[in-house]
Amino acid sequence: MSKRIEVTDLNAFYGKFLAVEGVSLTIEPRSVTAFIGPSGCGKSTLLRTLNRMHEVIPGAYVEGEVLIDGNNLYGPGVDPVLVRRQVGMVFQRPNPFPTMSIQDNVLAGVKLNNRRMSKGDADDLTEKSLRGANLWNEVKDRLNGPGSGLSGGQQQRLCIARAIAVEPDVILMDEPCSALDPISTLAIEDLIEEMKADYTIVIVTHNMQQASRVSDRTAFFNIAGTGKPGKLIEYDDTTTIFSNPSVQSTEDYVSGRFG
Amino acid sequence: MTTAVDRDALRTTQRVGDRVFSTATIVAGSLILAVLAAVAIFLFVQSIPAFLAVPEDFDPGVSNFWAYVWPLAFGTLWSALLALIMAIPVAIGIALFISHYAPRKVSQGLGYIIDLLAAVPSVVFGLWGIGVLAPMLQPFYSTLVEWFGWFPLFAGPVSGTGRTIFTVAIVLAVMVLPIITAISREVFLQTPVLHEEAALALGATRWEMITMAVLPFGRAGIISAAMLGLGRALGETMAVAMVLSPSPQVIFQLLTSQNPTTIAANIALNFPEAHGVGVNILLATGLILFVITLAVNMLARYIINRRKAFSGAN
Repeated sequence: MSKRIEVTDLNAFYGKFLAVEGVSLTIEPRSVTAFIGPSGCGKSTLLRTLNRMHEVIPGAYVEGEVLIDGNNLYGPGVDPVLVRRQVGMVFQRPNPFPTMSIQDNVLAGVKLNNRRMSKGDADDLTEKSLRGANLWNEVKDRLNGPGSGLSGGQQQRLCIARAIAVEPDVILMDEPCSALDPISTLAIEDLIEEMKADYTIVIVTHNMQQASRVSDRTAFFNIAGTGKPGKLIEYDDTTTIFSNPSVQSTEDYVSGRFG
Repeated sequence: MTTAVDRDALRTTQRVGDRVFSTATIVAGSLILAVLAAVAIFLFVQSIPAFLAVPEDFDPGVSNFWAYVWPLAFGTLWSALLALIMAIPVAIGIALFISHYAPRKVSQGLGYIIDLLAAVPSVVFGLWGIGVLAPMLQPFYSTLVEWFGWFPLFAGPVSGTGRTIFTVAIVLAVMVLPIITAISREVFLQTPVLHEEAALALGATRWEMITMAVLPFGRAGIISAAMLGLGRALGETMAVAMVLSPSPQVIFQLLTSQNPTTIAANIALNFPEAHGVGVNILLATGLILFVITLAVNMLARYIINRRKAFSGAN
């Protein structure tokens, strides 16, 4: 179920503006990879190129290759809709559909593929996904209540349940804890640790403690200045990045000397 | 002594600007209530003689006010309903095209044209209905009656002029289209990008994204827009009065030369020659129109509030 991601010479543009330049990296299956770096360095942009969400923004496009188990996401004839069904995403701010119940939120993605589903299967999948997101015990009595009635941390776990319900190969997380309190953050970090057994996870974070806690590998991005493209500076095991980085700017960043 | 100084420091200073503004808003708010009350009282007081009118005050065959107003109320609701059935899907389609499908330049131009449509006076629509639409549609009506006459709504005999309740409904639909489109478009544009991206990231196509995020989010707005359109359709006078030659009956058939008319059109046609209690009767039909509009709006409010927890407002 989990798959290897290979990015080769990737450039991401917003219109004429080059936001990310020349990124190449390989992400191993069943691992957690953290993208860190100062604001505007293109880490979220890069993340969104991995499930073709980048091009949703008008004028945005990508050059280069992203291979998932050898299949180029940007090859001719590849349908971005099908790519996104394999590569799930969790956003910075919790975004359950406010017009749907908790259960409908969990099943939203599944119903796109498979509209006819018996009530029993639907209930089983709801429970499995909510258990997978450590939310089952908190919401099992109000599955028909509105998703927007949950707390922020619960909403974010609901979004994770929604993402894993479609059984994707990869899960992308764009600063999933930045709008949450420390307790909810801890709950999500524990969840990431458990989910690693089944999924390839890529997480963007501003919180370096979080990167060091949850990730196996860390990629550090930086920009030379405003209006310059973001580049991959260093990509290595998380312990190496935080203890003995080979590039000076990485060391400056992780030790808090800038950014 | 010190307490006195402190009290002075904490006392609210009444600034002139604040007072003027606060008074102005209170006056404006009260004014709308006063106007509404004045209209309602006027209508009600003037209507009382109509409710007490004897059969001689009405046309032959009509025994009291309720028998008089019922076909008119039916015609009003029927034509407005037909107009909305035609206008709402088209308006939502246009609004979605402008907000989510069209390139930016096209959508701006199209939005402008829709707004222009709202600026056309209703008398022009009436002339267009008589002069262009009715003759154009008449052959189509003939065919429809010929082939589908077994279906009660399309039963014959077909109107020779094309000036039927169906033509009126089309004219009304065109008239209410701009307001419904404009409001729906605004609501659709307000859909949070977060929710649209949530749908897309799950692998939704653009249409699936619209059904998952945009339409549910815009539901209350669409209902409000439809109600504003309905208000216009219910009260529309000129276009209906010009196109229809009325017969005061409840007739469901859409394509015959016998057509129910609406309250507003009936008032406009008969008021110049009305006298005595006849004026009161017409005013009383106006009161009924007022009540119908109010009831429809309250129904819409109820529908919107029923699923408030799922509205996305919280």
